[in-house]
Amino acid sequence: MSNVLIYGEIKAGKLKKTAFELASEGRKLADQLGGRLEALLVGSAASQFAQDLAKFGADAVYVVEGPDFEVYNSEYYAQALCHVIKEKNPSIVLLSHSMQGKDLAPRTAAKLGVAVIADCISFTLDDGKLVGNRPMYAGKCYAQWVSTASPQMATARPNVLETAENPREGAVETISFTPDKTRPTYVTKELNLDTSGKVDLTEAEIIVSGGRGMGGPDYSLLEEMAAVLGPTATVGASRAAVDAGWRPHSDQVGQTGKTVTPNLYIACGISGSIQHLAGMGSSKVIVAINKDPEAPIFSKADYGIVGDLFKVVPEFTKELKALLAE
Amino acid sequence: MKSLVCLKQVPDTETQIKVNAQGTGIVTDGIKYVINPYDEFSVEEALRLKEKFKAGDVTIVCIGPERSTEAIRTALAMGADKGIHICDDALNQADPYVSASALAAVASQLTYDVIFCGHRAIDDDFGETGAMLAEFLNLPQVTLVTKVDVAQDKKTAIVERDVEGGKEIVEVTLPCVLTSQKGLNEPRYASLPGIMKAKKKPIEKKTLADLGIAAEPKLETRSYSMPKERQAGKKFENMEPADAAKQVVQALRSEAKVI
Repeated sequence: MSNVLIYGEIKAGKLKKTAFELASEGRKLADQLGGRLEALLVGSAASQFAQDLAKFGADAVYVVEGPDFEVYNSEYYAQALCHVIKEKNPSIVLLSHSMQGKDLAPRTAAKLGVAVIADCISFTLDDGKLVGNRPMYAGKCYAQWVSTASPQMATARPNVLETAENPREGAVETISFTPDKTRPTYVTKELNLDTSGKVDLTEAEIIVSGGRGMGGPDYSLLEEMAAVLGPTATVGASRAAVDAGWRPHSDQVGQTGKTVTPNLYIACGISGSIQHLAGMGSSKVIVAINKDPEAPIFSKADYGIVGDLFKVVPEFTKELKALLAE
Repeated sequence: MKSLVCLKQVPDTETQIKVNAQGTGIVTDGIKYVINPYDEFSVEEALRLKEKFKAGDVTIVCIGPERSTEAIRTALAMGADKGIHICDDALNQADPYVSASALAAVASQLTYDVIFCGHRAIDDDFGETGAMLAEFLNLPQVTLVTKVDVAQDKKTAIVERDVEGGKEIVEVTLPCVLTSQKGLNEPRYASLPGIMKAKKKPIEKKTLADLGIAAEPKLETRSYSMPKERQAGKKFENMEPADAAKQVVQALRSEAKVI
């Protein structure tokens, strides 16, 4: 059997966009292999999303529901994934390289005796074998990897694979599964999620990022710009700004922070260290605003404005507001 | 409090990476190596736990070629007690599965309360070893950890971890595997007396044969390549901020089509 199984992630009662990215990619791979695309959803009330996945090409949607899956847990979810993989025997398993995926994929892989081709930005098939192209050294180079074990597991970087509708039946099959609770795991005490609807850096389509040039913790200029750009935009920071304590570490873009691939990256007061350029260099379009005309960021920017960010950014936001209001 | 800290030596983040002519790997000449930054957080946290409980020890477990001794010494200079260096040619370019298997083989011969791993190494960027190690040892894992509070009886810990768009606080029984994330702590620098003491601290070398395991890779690399070189685009200089902003915003709509 040469079927492809994707794991669709549910967050705060919503199916994440990465599920559609994985389904679209999985559909292509399944077609080339002459196999089926199957999707797995785990969580309470997961079956409501089956039709969404069918729209993006899922022939079948497996659902594991129940009180044990109310909150994500590494061990219980890995057991569920393993159970479905063993029962359905797919040749390829794809997850998102999200924070959950990074936690879940390797634990599942270890149970199955395989390893994960992690953080892929594209996939090809070579003689039926999955080849994952992935950045290494934070994107300073790339390498193609294959799995020598079965199933072939990989995670895909969010926001890189294209989505394409391709409606299929998406027959729902509920798989009853109760995790073995004698296996070691942790207990979630508190889950404090940002309820502002702020999109995570690695999944943002637009990032407005500030560096040392911000001069302090007041990022309101950048937050205003991000707000004008809509709910898929968010604010990031350089290491200098994080190390100065101006921004939380979760906002850091770069080799010791997050590697991001937005459609648009707007760097404000960021000179562009090699570590930062590695982390955002694969953004589709880069705008740099910096008062130093020699700043390395300008060598990577599609559009560079040499000027004081405190004067340029408000004008930029004003122009965006006017344009987007049209 | 007994901690094992899994540590990897990686190219300094300043390194310009170049792929070799055959496309089989990177050019290693002239690379300056450092402790993986996330492993530094691990070393620091393990030291703080030992200090808090005024008892126990910190053991560094490192897979890598001869040069990795230097990274182990640095951790010993920070205050760790001893090192175990798994040095075997069969482990060059080890995938996460092989690395986790070797670390598990070492850990299974030792006693410990906590095993720390960096949440990823900044060279191959896989980020799998910690979770795999936990599974192999039949231990709970808590990944992307930014705060650790071990109970006085050393039986449980309250741990804070990063999740998408927020924080999760979990309770975990010890022993367990924790993977360190930025924000956990500020690693200390090695002091001069620390560096002197480190020279006398033991580093035990082991091969795969000593561990009684073989390297059975689950992943293979086919070819390495360099990213597409980005070209500098349009630069707007010596202009009124309003004019420059207007032109770029218009271009983002009509030319780049991203807004």
